[in-house]
Amino acid sequence: MNRNAMLRTGFAVFAVVAAWVLFFGLPRWYSAQKAATVAAAGASAAATPAQTAVRKITATLFYVSNDGVTLTPAQREVPFSTNVAEQARAIIAAQLEPAPPLVSAIPPDTKLREVFVTERGDAFVDLSGEIASKHPGGSLDEIFTVYTLVNALTVNLPAIKRVQILVDGKEVDTLAGHVDLRHPLAKSLDWLVHDSH
Amino acid sequence: MKPLVAALTAALCLLAVALPAQQTAALPYTVITRDARRPLAARTMNGQEMFALDDLARLFNLTVREDASAGGLVIGAGGQTILLSTQQPLASVSGRMTSLPAAPARDGRTWYVPVDFVSRVLAPVSPTRIDLRKPSRILLVGDVRMPRVAARVEALGTLSRVTLDVAPPTAHTVAQDGSRLVVRFDADALDAADLRANTTTDLVTNIHLGDTPQSIAIDLGPRFASFRATDQPGAAGLTRIVIDLAAQTDTTPPTPTPTPTPTPTQPTQPTQPEVPPLLDLPPAGGLRTIVIDAGHGGDDAGAKGTQGTLEKNVTLAIARRLKAALEARLGTRVLLTRDGDQTIGPDQRAAVANNNKADLFISLHANASVRPNVAGAEVFYLSLEGYGEAAQRAAQAPRDALPVLGGGTRDIEVIPWELAQARYIDQSAAFARAIEGALRERVPMSPRALQQAPFRVLVGANMPAALVELGFLTNTQQEQRLLADDYQNAIVQALVEGIIRYRGAAAGGTR
Repeated sequence: MNRNAMLRTGFAVFAVVAAWVLFFGLPRWYSAQKAATVAAAGASAAATPAQTAVRKITATLFYVSNDGVTLTPAQREVPFSTNVAEQARAIIAAQLEPAPPLVSAIPPDTKLREVFVTERGDAFVDLSGEIASKHPGGSLDEIFTVYTLVNALTVNLPAIKRVQILVDGKEVDTLAGHVDLRHPLAKSLDWLVHDSH
Repeated sequence: MKPLVAALTAALCLLAVALPAQQTAALPYTVITRDARRPLAARTMNGQEMFALDDLARLFNLTVREDASAGGLVIGAGGQTILLSTQQPLASVSGRMTSLPAAPARDGRTWYVPVDFVSRVLAPVSPTRIDLRKPSRILLVGDVRMPRVAARVEALGTLSRVTLDVAPPTAHTVAQDGSRLVVRFDADALDAADLRANTTTDLVTNIHLGDTPQSIAIDLGPRFASFRATDQPGAAGLTRIVIDLAAQTDTTPPTPTPTPTPTPTQPTQPTQPEVPPLLDLPPAGGLRTIVIDAGHGGDDAGAKGTQGTLEKNVTLAIARRLKAALEARLGTRVLLTRDGDQTIGPDQRAAVANNNKADLFISLHANASVRPNVAGAEVFYLSLEGYGEAAQRAAQAPRDALPVLGGGTRDIEVIPWELAQARYIDQSAAFARAIEGALRERVPMSPRALQQAPFRVLVGANMPAALVELGFLTNTQQEQRLLADDYQNAIVQALVEGIIRYRGAAAGGTR
């Protein structure tokens, strides 16, 4: 009996200690470890500023060619991110920036609102109303505007298969009356070259 | 004075004697039975057409006897007795009174009755059918199928339309026989009293009874090319046969060989009164209806030129010209998605084409570029990229068979509206190529002259469809050209030729 009672007490004590270790001890130890790493990283960054600048990748962006009938690729450095949506945001932001003397098919003053990426690889690029209201019209330029954005993501980010453009958070029929934007569009490199018919 | 009174009396006597003699032989009627036709003499007495009662008695097996006590003629017809007053224009059949235009008249021993006696008195009591047709001077006896046919000829632009109203409705065929169209009826004879061309055109020179009593011949002019006959519902108890005749177009034959022709002057201006839309038209090689979409409109001005030209105005002006030219040269029904400055959605544009069962849809636009040096026309057809597998499925969608009331099935097409174009990509490509080829002969083309793109307005079109960018408004020189009459005409001519070439190629069996 006495022995049994001792066994029970011992087991209860063990259970309490194990629970504490599991739910409080380990997390504390783990976060302390992490803090130490971050501190170390901060220290090394302070020591070498060249490495602190955010890591960059070279992305291919698109502009209207001099003859006006194709899209021309151009290389630009953009901030690196391990997150696909964040990387997509960085690429679109760079594409929206004016880059003279290159001429962009995206109307000036267009702002990036958000980029979402679904698990299926569809990216939704939400842009401010200027993309439609300041669009000069004309089907060729509308094609270029759309495929500048579609290709900027699909060419640089293999995880993104298709792109749908939203305006002020909403799905739209078209930007200026031509290209059907009700579905995500896949990469099209046809607009980078033209074969003379 | 005495001689004068005597002369006047003599003259009055002569007049009195002469009055009953005021009767002339009228054209005979034709009595038509299933077996025979024979003439039935008629004469005009005191302004009334009359038949001899004896003739009618022989024809209808009547018995006639004068009955002075009854004050008239007693006529036995079958089991019925007709009492015909000799003093008043009245007949009594089994106690029921019927009025006549005139009382019977006697000439010698023969009694004459007004022709209406046949229709008003005899026909109701006769066991066999009696049908008196005064305008045709025909008396049908028995079960004779003899529809009445009336004709009307109208000129509608380059078309001529012959409308035949047939009563009662009768089965018929229309076929070309040399230089005439022959309309044959399933009948014993035709009542063609109203059959004459009210007017003639260069395609219809005459309309008359054909070689057989059951047919009608329409004599054709030398420019006749094709016809299309349809039945339309007419008034009650009437079949209306509408035959549209198309003239040969004096355009280049629809061969892919480009034959450069001098730019002809525009035959029609948009301001001229338009031919009323036709309900059904001659097949212009399979193109019955073409829908032209003037891009943008209303709140949506489209592209803007450097000098302020608005795309919506350019597209409408050229759409109107193209409509007039197509109607004049192809005799095709042409509809515009807008004929004013209205805002229309892309689905509404396709709906105009779909709901009117158009054979072609062509959307007109003017281009813009951030590079002001870009110039030239471009032709697009739909790219299915981006529409995914649903579009591929739609392209090969089988027709669903639905059971029909009364047995049997009927094939129907179940295609999502937005994927209607998927099944026409090949034909649209051929159509776009034909237009691009014709445009190239007349106007400057962009280096990207023929392209595919996922265009919103084309997706829903349930027929071959193309979008034409006529030129760049952002190019100052092109902006001016696009406003000029001669340039707009050149574009219109090219588009008409493109459509004719596509029609020729499609008729070659690819459709």
